[in-house]
Amino acid sequence: MIRLAAITRVFRMGDQEVRALNNVSIDIASGEYVSIMGPSGSGKSTLLNVIGLLDRPDGGRYELDGNDVTDLSENERARVRREKIGFVFQSFHLVPRLTAAENIELPLMLEGVAPTERKSRVDAALDAFDLRDRARHRPSELSGGQRQRVAIARATILRPTALLADEPTGNLDHRIGAEVMALLEGLHHAGTTLIVVTHDRELGARAHRHIGMRDGEIVADET
Amino acid sequence: MTPLDTLKLSFSTVASYRTRSLLIVLAMALGVAAVVVLTALGEGARRYVVGQFSSLGTNLIIVLPGRAETSGGFPGAALGQTPRDLTLDDALFISHLPQVRRLAPLNVGVAELASGGRLREVTVLGSTSELLPIRHMKLSQGSFLAQGSERSAQIVLGSVLAREFFPDGKAVGQRVRLGDSRFLVSGVLAVQGESMGFNSDEIAIIPIDYAQELFNTESLFRILVEARSRNAIEPAKAAIRHALTLRHDGEEDVTVITQDAVLDTFDRILRALTLGVAGIAAISLAVAGILVMNVMLVAVAQRTSEIGLLKAVGATSADIRRLFFAEALWLSLAGGAIGYALGHFGAWMIRLAYPLLPAFPPAWASVAGVATALITGVIASLLPASRAAKLDPVLALSGK
Repeated sequence: MIRLAAITRVFRMGDQEVRALNNVSIDIASGEYVSIMGPSGSGKSTLLNVIGLLDRPDGGRYELDGNDVTDLSENERARVRREKIGFVFQSFHLVPRLTAAENIELPLMLEGVAPTERKSRVDAALDAFDLRDRARHRPSELSGGQRQRVAIARATILRPTALLADEPTGNLDHRIGAEVMALLEGLHHAGTTLIVVTHDRELGARAHRHIGMRDGEIVADET
Repeated sequence: MTPLDTLKLSFSTVASYRTRSLLIVLAMALGVAAVVVLTALGEGARRYVVGQFSSLGTNLIIVLPGRAETSGGFPGAALGQTPRDLTLDDALFISHLPQVRRLAPLNVGVAELASGGRLREVTVLGSTSELLPIRHMKLSQGSFLAQGSERSAQIVLGSVLAREFFPDGKAVGQRVRLGDSRFLVSGVLAVQGESMGFNSDEIAIIPIDYAQELFNTESLFRILVEARSRNAIEPAKAAIRHALTLRHDGEEDVTVITQDAVLDTFDRILRALTLGVAGIAAISLAVAGILVMNVMLVAVAQRTSEIGLLKAVGATSADIRRLFFAEALWLSLAGGAIGYALGHFGAWMIRLAYPLLPAFPPAWASVAGVATALITGVIASLLPASRAAKLDPVLALSGK
């Protein structure tokens, strides 16, 4: 359960103030499939970053799964991100030095999971995302679709309640993009809250709830 | 994140930036090696000098005639007297002092040595059988001047002299002529080389009576006294001075010196020198530390998006800080270890090239060199690590 109340986020560009989020209030129930759409600069990525606790709002309250997370310390925010949130990025953000398996293992390592258990969980994830024969490859040796599958496997390895995807198909061709979306939707069917930011209308239309943004405000919220 | 995982992950990072890591490790290693090699040189010089002094003898007290210090007027000067000679009787008297283990009176001069048509000038030492143990000399053949045989015409030749006069190696038992007298070769000194600019391979040693007769003198050049122990040196010195003053009608007209005083001074100077060069070498380590800091700052800038990603998947600021910290630790550990090995190799090469110089790096320098590398590396990583930890994940991920 995600509950944002009157969230404001202001960026300063020189002596100009930009209200990336202006008094945004929104409730997203567990297990929902939401798309956030709008032109660039409308604040949709900022909204996603606030939901994902990467960014701190300048005003308003944020409640996640019944807990107020607005004023958590940096360390507590890192813990909540680790346990409840999974991020999928347009540019994958894999660590180039690490193999596919090691990239997927990262959150487990940060969580302090024992190596033997890490291995079995990573193996399971490699199987689930059809990456078994790519386990020892580095990102540079993987195709775009494979990279995004590694990123999704990494985002979901700790079974987060919410999966936040920022233009997940932006760097992929149409066919591979559709495969990746099918994968994300499969995770949604298994019970994960899925929030996708995109400016691709077709992609946005697949979600069950469509939130439209413009100039830092929610201008549409349709199911 | 567990410490073990932090170490593993940072190691794989360090290992993957091969060129960069190698350069840092090299800079660190050269700094540590410089510390080790330079202190080895300093320590080698110190040991060399100390060794040279102790080859002269241990617990050695040297008595020479005349005053080397100015104190008061010399009453005899008005009567036209000169300082008294230091005589064999003086030596005999001193030898009965309880603090004295043994002594050797010494006369030095130059005379012509001849045998079998060969002829050369040699430095002649006149002394007694005690000279051998006091001066730590060794014989390669025959026997030294036999005890109580000061009156028999024996001669001991330095190794070079023996080889020059008797190329067949059978010097012992041969007769030689020194000045106008004939001597029987009783022994040959082992090769000792130069010691304090004095080559004992080219000397001849004869009994003190013959030397005094040869050089036509009653006065001794020196008396070499060996005290019973290191602690007995000062009492022995005082006792000798007192005894000789009594014997010389209350006139303190001898100089008593110990080599320990000289040796201690050299020891202190060379230790200070070693510390000094170690300090200079340590500066190169500090420079390496600045290099580490610079490279790690660049690394933080290069890996901004990776740091953002780590934060997005739940790394705390402390995790990030520890990762960069551990990278610096690996680099300086490798630099320290390689530098240590390199330094010891360098010291070994120096010992190989200059066998006379015992260039062994002192243990404290090796430890201090490696420790300085570790400390500078870790300190240098503090700023980059905290900068990385403070990165705003949103900005970091967007690559700004």
